[in-house]
Amino acid sequence: MLIKCPLCGPRDRREFYYYGSDDYLNRPGEAAPPSAWDDYLHNRDNPAGMTRDLWYHEMGCTSWLVVTRDTVTHDIHAVEPVAERGTTA
Amino acid sequence: MRIDGKGLIDRTRPISFRFDGKSLMGCAGDTLASALMANGVKVVGRSFKYHRPRGILTAGSEEPNAMVEILEDGQQTPNTRATMQELFEGLSAQSQNRWPSLRWDLLSINDYAAPFLSAGFYYKTFMWPRAFWERVYEPMIRRAAGLGSLSGRHDEADYEKAYAFCDLLVIGAGPTGLMAALTAARAGADVILATEDSRLGGRLLSDETQIDNGAGIDWVEQVEAELRSLPNVRIMSRTTVTGAYDHGSFGALERVGLHVPHRPHLPRECFWRIRAAQAILATGALERPIAFPNNDRPGIMLAGAVQTYLNRYGTVPGQRVTLFANNDNARHVARQLMAAGVTVAAILDSRPDASVLEDCPVYLGATVTGTEGRHGLTSIEVAHAGGTLTLQTDCLAVSGGWNPTLHLTCHMNGRPTWREDIAAFVPTPGSVPNLTPAGAANGDFSTWACLIAGRDAAARVLGNLGKTADDTALPQAEDAPYRLTQLWAVDGKARAWLDFANDVTTKDVRLSAQEGFRSVEHMKRYTTQGMAPDQGKNSNIGALAVLADATGRAIPETGTTIYRPPYSPVSIASMGAGARGKGFAPQRFLTSHKASVDRNAPMIEAGMWYRPSYFPKPGETSWQQSCTREVNMVRSTVGVADVSTLGKIDLQGKDAARFLDFVYTNTFSTLPVGRVRYGLMLREDGHVLDDGTTARLAEHHFLMTTTTAAAGLVMRHLEFVHQAFCATWDVRFISVTESWAQFAVAGPKSRALLTSLLDHDPALPFMGMAPVTVQGVQSRLFRISFSGEEGYEIAVPTAYGEALFRDLVARAETLGGGPYGMEALNVLRIEKGFITHAEIHGRTTAFDIGMEKMVSAKKDCIGKAAATRPGMIGPDRQQLVGLKPLTDTQITAGAHLFAPSAKAVRVNDLGYVTSVCHSPTLNSYLGLGFLHNGRARIGEQVRLVDHLRKIDVLCEVRDPVFFDKTGEKLRA
Amino acid sequence: MRYSGLKVITEGLFGNKGWKPAWRDPAPKAEYDAIIIGGGGHGLSTAFYLAKNHGMTNIAVLEKSHLGSGSIGRNTTIVRANYFLPGNSEFYSHSLKLWEGMEAELNYNVMHSQRGLINLFHSDGQRDAFVRRGNSMINQGDDAILLDREGVREQLPYLDFEQTRFPIYGGLYHPRGGSARHDAVAWGYARGADSRGVDLIQNCEVTGIDIENGRVTGVQTTRGAIRAKKVGIIVAGRSSQVAAMAGLRLPIESHILQAFVSEGLKPVINHVVSFGMGHFYISQSDKGGLVFGGDLDFYASYAARGNLPMVEHVMEAGMTLMPMIGRAKVLRSWGGIMDMTPDGSPIIDKTSVDGLFIDCGWNYGGFKAVPASGWCMAHLMATGQTHEVAAKYRLDRFANGHLLDEEGSGSQHNLH
Repeated sequence: MLIKCPLCGPRDRREFYYYGSDDYLNRPGEAAPPSAWDDYLHNRDNPAGMTRDLWYHEMGCTSWLVVTRDTVTHDIHAVEPVAERGTTA
Repeated sequence: MRIDGKGLIDRTRPISFRFDGKSLMGCAGDTLASALMANGVKVVGRSFKYHRPRGILTAGSEEPNAMVEILEDGQQTPNTRATMQELFEGLSAQSQNRWPSLRWDLLSINDYAAPFLSAGFYYKTFMWPRAFWERVYEPMIRRAAGLGSLSGRHDEADYEKAYAFCDLLVIGAGPTGLMAALTAARAGADVILATEDSRLGGRLLSDETQIDNGAGIDWVEQVEAELRSLPNVRIMSRTTVTGAYDHGSFGALERVGLHVPHRPHLPRECFWRIRAAQAILATGALERPIAFPNNDRPGIMLAGAVQTYLNRYGTVPGQRVTLFANNDNARHVARQLMAAGVTVAAILDSRPDASVLEDCPVYLGATVTGTEGRHGLTSIEVAHAGGTLTLQTDCLAVSGGWNPTLHLTCHMNGRPTWREDIAAFVPTPGSVPNLTPAGAANGDFSTWACLIAGRDAAARVLGNLGKTADDTALPQAEDAPYRLTQLWAVDGKARAWLDFANDVTTKDVRLSAQEGFRSVEHMKRYTTQGMAPDQGKNSNIGALAVLADATGRAIPETGTTIYRPPYSPVSIASMGAGARGKGFAPQRFLTSHKASVDRNAPMIEAGMWYRPSYFPKPGETSWQQSCTREVNMVRSTVGVADVSTLGKIDLQGKDAARFLDFVYTNTFSTLPVGRVRYGLMLREDGHVLDDGTTARLAEHHFLMTTTTAAAGLVMRHLEFVHQAFCATWDVRFISVTESWAQFAVAGPKSRALLTSLLDHDPALPFMGMAPVTVQGVQSRLFRISFSGEEGYEIAVPTAYGEALFRDLVARAETLGGGPYGMEALNVLRIEKGFITHAEIHGRTTAFDIGMEKMVSAKKDCIGKAAATRPGMIGPDRQQLVGLKPLTDTQITAGAHLFAPSAKAVRVNDLGYVTSVCHSPTLNSYLGLGFLHNGRARIGEQVRLVDHLRKIDVLCEVRDPVFFDKTGEKLRA
Repeated sequence: MRYSGLKVITEGLFGNKGWKPAWRDPAPKAEYDAIIIGGGGHGLSTAFYLAKNHGMTNIAVLEKSHLGSGSIGRNTTIVRANYFLPGNSEFYSHSLKLWEGMEAELNYNVMHSQRGLINLFHSDGQRDAFVRRGNSMINQGDDAILLDREGVREQLPYLDFEQTRFPIYGGLYHPRGGSARHDAVAWGYARGADSRGVDLIQNCEVTGIDIENGRVTGVQTTRGAIRAKKVGIIVAGRSSQVAAMAGLRLPIESHILQAFVSEGLKPVINHVVSFGMGHFYISQSDKGGLVFGGDLDFYASYAARGNLPMVEHVMEAGMTLMPMIGRAKVLRSWGGIMDMTPDGSPIIDKTSVDGLFIDCGWNYGGFKAVPASGWCMAHLMATGQTHEVAAKYRLDRFANGHLLDEEGSGSQHNLH
């Protein structure tokens, strides 16, 4: 597998750590109901097809990345840095 | 038998080798198979189930029968294809799966029991009496099964792994591959040309095809010379591309040292990871057998293989050859045999309307209905349009047509497409992105068609690479049409083999259909067809055709065939190269490693690190003795320990404090500069991730420590929290674990030691830190303790670590102290009730370890919300407690806890012990553990049971802090 | 048709012409008392126990491909009962007991072989964790023996005790652990269910789940609509997709697990050996192939195939632990799709839709669970009550924090 890191260019999958769905980016507020936390931490669409998930270029630039890819073919369509979402807690 | 004037072998270079202990001679350029054939050896192996004598079927890696063990230096390599093993001086091979000898094999009685050993018979029997399965039946089956043997000794030979990169990977070096490589190379693409064979040419080495009115082999040599002259071409012979993976990744196995006598440091094999922008699959085609009664006898071979042995190796498997085919190929082979002076008994053409014009008898509408000759073919029974006959013959060359070698196109779940006109599956376009099948691998079988396909595929690929093919002229070559009629199986009373290696016959496939195993996958799994070392290369299509017939369906409707990596089997050693011994994982060494080893400290693994277990003194005979002394030493004078394995993360920025407040449960923004605070970090799911101390070095500068185990985890976590939730905050961090060597100095005399080191009293309050200068080196001093004693940790740049450690130890010794290791460190922390990852093992909450008050109510933090789930708090949780046996007896970690009178069974289980030590300070065993509603049980008794070690002890439940509960010593 | 050694002989004498199909090939009826979606190991065992234990025989198993086409035929066939958390212990213990009676119960030789499982440990800390586990096993009534280094050497003399990167401190030996012939388990349950009247319908893909007023009423399939008041979803590897047909969103992420088999070899490994530090486990099948595997590829995938980094990692682990296997050649590799849950434990529960039940989330431990999963799912579907040994496999345990996390790696699906 080859992932095109926006900072480092195409890099071997061995350099990356995988976390999971990009649902992990949508952290509920402290006061959110338990169901929101359950969805955030556990429940997943888990699509057979296009998905967006989180990869960490651990042995490279240490960027966390959102990768848009197909879980059936493994085709990668887009790679974007998490940090550029610009959200604040 | 050798044929004069034929073959590409070097008859001037004789080579001696051994087979089953017998010395034989071959020539340079031979394979083991061709050399055995030249020596008249017919039986080379025994089949898997029926132990039938077997000869050579093919001339390539798809060989199902001629598998041998190669012997060398007390090692042996089982299941080596004689057809792929190049001959070298001193090669020693032995046959396998036979006892006591190849000719007289006891288990050949299985052949007579064949009616009872039909497909799946073992699912229906061996069930009574029940105990007999493991004791009698299974051991018997296991001994009979299997093929070759491993030596049982460590494989200490050299293997390598490597990476290669190219614009274009051409897989196969026959006419298609050569033409593709030449076209692409001339256009300037970086080309890797990989072939499984020891030399280039592919099928051109086997038939006598003319190219440009010259010998095909001359054209091959000319192309090879040009390719070798180009800097952008890398030719990898003896290299099998074994797998196609995502995004242009290919696995490939190079047989580097298997064709020469063993040489030190020459790897046997190299496993390549090839990254190719484009690939062309030019792997040719594999000829397929026909299933007819007793079609497995030694001497029955594929026609193309007979041709290969004749033209490439100058040898034939018999004196009187018969050909049996459903296509024209047998005609070419027959003519070449006759031209070489070999008698052709007959051509048996299954087609009723084929030509009879040959210089030998030709029978049309013919099939082979039986064969004779247990250890070598002697005669065959033939039925043909005009009647039946018996033919005396010692070699039967069979051709059932050709299957494109499309295996790699299935590796990414591609399913091939059936082409009725050639009665074969061809690759489905796009099965592997950027891989273009061409030539025979794509169903084009004439040499001319292959040359065109190779050139055109390269031209297309060059377009994708942004390059242009120049007008490479195509050489002239034959363009004979491929004509065949389908013939898969000839019915008869006797068994007709489909899968030679696994002994699967047409009867097995029909039985499978009869019993309801009608899908291809069911049939394969029920009969084991295609599961043998040849992975069904010789049998998949035939078996599918027989299944289709048995179930009344057409072939494409019945199913398809897919292949999984590797294309041909790959040794575990090659793919695991470099990992033997210590190579499996990195080794991390402390700066004090040598100093510790100098003091005879046993170094033990702590994750990737090595840490000293204890520092034995003369006269000490057990770790326990040394440990006890070291604990007493720290409690009474001073000890020095290397704690550099703890993770150290440097955080800077205006928002660093705010960030720490977010990742820790407790507050760090209130921490004064020059002070240190213990922090608790949760995972977002509310469980404890890690703990450690963080120092504020300056207003916007912090130094966090993590546990050894979680250093990488915490770094990743911090990066995630920052980039995902507060990317705009001004905070940056970096791991400085390897930048600083850090040593604990602990004990009542620690301050005295540091005073002597620094030339002044450190004068730090408990949980204070200060920059210090140690003999001119900028260093950091922290007053923190993991032992419960007055304690410091001093950090210096790594380069000074060893020197400082030796210095500290020397100073400690003058004060009656010395170094201490992991064992003592562990005792000291248990006495003090400090936790490690034995306690924070991923299932514990802040509540469980009594730190729920550390979760600040005033702010949000990672993990705070999830930690309030009902199952994460309350009396039903198991909580951290101390345990002390009532009597002076041993207790053990991993033991479980029960009420004193309760039976030690699951339903009564109240908890378990995480850490145990023998405390010299309290002169007792002490334990930490988790106990159901434990804090409420302090003062009660529990029964501690370790079934495994037969320990059953009553303990008093205590507060986890056994030693200096008020912390007077810490703060001294 | 009853199978026996005698039957094999008499049929053999008459050309094996008398063997009957192992199961019928019925057309789907318009309505059943219960429908099981998924003809894999768990679905077939559920059908079997619904019929056998609860007398429910007017039921159908709907399989989109062929019986046993999922993970039941793509695993490393290890059978063990060595869990340590209450909630898991009793379930797997029950499962192992069912394994021990499986041949007799099914009249089918699934080649369950209790050759013994050894989990190696490589530090004092790992030993303590395995001691806790071993004691849990004994508390549960199962078997466990603590081996020191020499004890391991006696059983597994071929390991590299001198050079290996993580020295062998000892092992937890589970004599009743072992392996079985995976396909045979599916076939055995299928044959058993069929013989009790269960309709096994292959090539019948469920395309929709019919729900009226919060109650399930049947399913839509590629072979027409089928009514039923009870429907069980037992489709590991596709759980999220099928559950979505009923509007459910599951705590599951799908991952690839690769496994490998070598060419056939004469017996050389007699146990199941598990090497935690290297994420490597191996046994040798009765046919002679070394069957081994490692960790997930770690990225979410439905591709049922993996990539080289994990392939190589597994081989490397093998080479540091037991370099005597170096010259064995990998014949075939494959990938299975794993339902990974956020705590690594499975789900057998009702859903928010009345009459709709789900059995999923087996992570990569589903094979050994096949009998007990069927047993408990059948109990749940028949009685509406959770079976006592599966009482903790609730769908709502993530929301309420009653987790069963043996790995302790937390709410990240791929870490279990």
